[in-house]
Amino acid sequence: MKVGNQTIVFKNKPKIIGSYSVAGEKEGYGNFKEYFDYVLKDDKFGEKTFEKAERKIIEHTIFKAIDSANLTVADIDLLVSGDLLNQIISSSFTARHFDSTFIGLYGACSTMAESLAIGACMVDAKHFINVACATGSHFSTVERQYRYPLELGNQRPPVSQWTVTGAGCSILSLKGKSNIRISSATFGKVTDYGIKDANNMGAAMAPAAMRTIITHFEDTKSKPEDFDLILTGDLGKLGSEIFLDLMEHHGYKLGNNYNDCGQMIYNNNQKTFQGGSGAGCSAVVLNSYIFKKLQEGTFKKVLFAATGALLSPISSQQGESIPGICHAIVLERSDD
Amino acid sequence: MWLMYLKVFLVGGFICMLGQILIIKTNITSARILVLFVVIGALLEAFGLYEPIVTFAGAGATVPITGFGRSLAKGAIQAVKEKGILGIFTGGLTATAGGIAAAVIFAYIFALIFSSKTKKF
Amino acid sequence: MDVKERNKKYNEYVDAKVPKTKNFPTLIYAYLVGGVICMIGQGIQDILLALFPSLTLEDAGAWMLIILIFFASLLTGLGWYDRIGVFAGAGSIVPITGFSNSIASPAIEFKKEGIIFGLCVKMFSIAGPVIVNGVAISVLVGIVYLFL
Repeated sequence: MKVGNQTIVFKNKPKIIGSYSVAGEKEGYGNFKEYFDYVLKDDKFGEKTFEKAERKIIEHTIFKAIDSANLTVADIDLLVSGDLLNQIISSSFTARHFDSTFIGLYGACSTMAESLAIGACMVDAKHFINVACATGSHFSTVERQYRYPLELGNQRPPVSQWTVTGAGCSILSLKGKSNIRISSATFGKVTDYGIKDANNMGAAMAPAAMRTIITHFEDTKSKPEDFDLILTGDLGKLGSEIFLDLMEHHGYKLGNNYNDCGQMIYNNNQKTFQGGSGAGCSAVVLNSYIFKKLQEGTFKKVLFAATGALLSPISSQQGESIPGICHAIVLERSDD
Repeated sequence: MWLMYLKVFLVGGFICMLGQILIIKTNITSARILVLFVVIGALLEAFGLYEPIVTFAGAGATVPITGFGRSLAKGAIQAVKEKGILGIFTGGLTATAGGIAAAVIFAYIFALIFSSKTKKF
Repeated sequence: MDVKERNKKYNEYVDAKVPKTKNFPTLIYAYLVGGVICMIGQGIQDILLALFPSLTLEDAGAWMLIILIFFASLLTGLGWYDRIGVFAGAGSIVPITGFSNSIASPAIEFKKEGIIFGLCVKMFSIAGPVIVNGVAISVLVGIVYLFL
């Protein structure tokens, strides 16, 4: 049921019946090492190229997530997935191995929330029974597509973020056992405040996050205090500060219940400057730490708002500003 | 002799530091730095200002990429003296052919041998 | 408030918010590494002149650059040059070794897309502008010199 302008409240509240996360080596040294289901020992995952490795990571994650839901591949009737590479090859090439219908998304780093929101709509309306929502990213594929060769001896600017190597997958269904449910989703609008520095993606995405989250509060008549955690995707340290300032400017003061996946994932000694980014960033944090904390009952209600910077190398070379997007879902713990 | 090495260090390091100031102030990419420094080196040479630095600091002035610009300009001037109009076209690349050919051929060989590795930091 | 004004205000706000710290040490690192690379160059040149007395200063200089380029390519292939670069910044970009690194690194990176369209095409994706503008400026200098 649609409430307000952009929010859908789910009558059946789809359950997250399975999830899995794979993180890269560097991420394995970060803050969530004990929460990840699997940490890579080799960034190429036994493959010849980084692109093949990214594909294999996403594929592996989906298979394992299906396992964790006690389902077989044949039970999955829809796969919703996206990634950061041109023509989303990682997702569509992965989908070759699944005998399910496939919806490919491009939402940059917001893909995890976008895929869950679309998946939840499908499941809630009973169009599909079991839906797999996945995304992932790889530092080395993103680096060569958006930035420079890996071996080039340059310095990353202090506003930059580190692309997370990793993938996450959640399985949505109305059947099956789980105490985590998606109760509503707010689809975002593309928001561009004229930031042109492709390194400073936090600043480019913060207005989109602000807009979607405020819309969610207005649509559902909720307040920031209603949530145990309000979690943005990968704004990074600087982007989070900007986001908090923007929210305060619009009359919402977020307290200790706010955090950001990009800010949380690495520890301070890892020289990532503003923290993590990439589609895999929010995907691995959500599918490891957040779900475990929801299961344990530490969190009861989480607003997960993943943000994406919708730029391409060509648009930034042509001097265009960076549009941002943010999609939000509400995760609730319910004992049943 | 040791004084010469001190001069090399001071001048060479100083030119590099100018590049670092540019990076900090303007977030300029490395390709733009290289282009800018080559052009500056060539212009300084053309006005006769780079040659004294080379005499003073040796490799401190020839190793930085401004020295590459200097060779381009110096080669062009010399070739124009010897061959006239043809020298405009042949001078610059002839003088720098060694460096360019070496960079290309070594890159070719090592690219065939090595693969890129993920950055750790 | 119209969009243009909003964006202008937001950009000004972000510019003020961007951290401007810890710049000073990188200047020293750039100076040190750049200076040391030049000293190594001078050392190679002096050794060459001592070993081969018939060599002119100019030829010794050319050999020295070729040797530096060789080692920079090798270090790039071994995956060490980018680590120096993280530390030194312009200190390892500005010397001729940085030029060599900017040719070798895309060549290595894009080998997987094939020898011709990967390695050979992408080889100049960073250093190309250097050669193009270098040739342009040398032609310009040549033309001006012709009419002097």
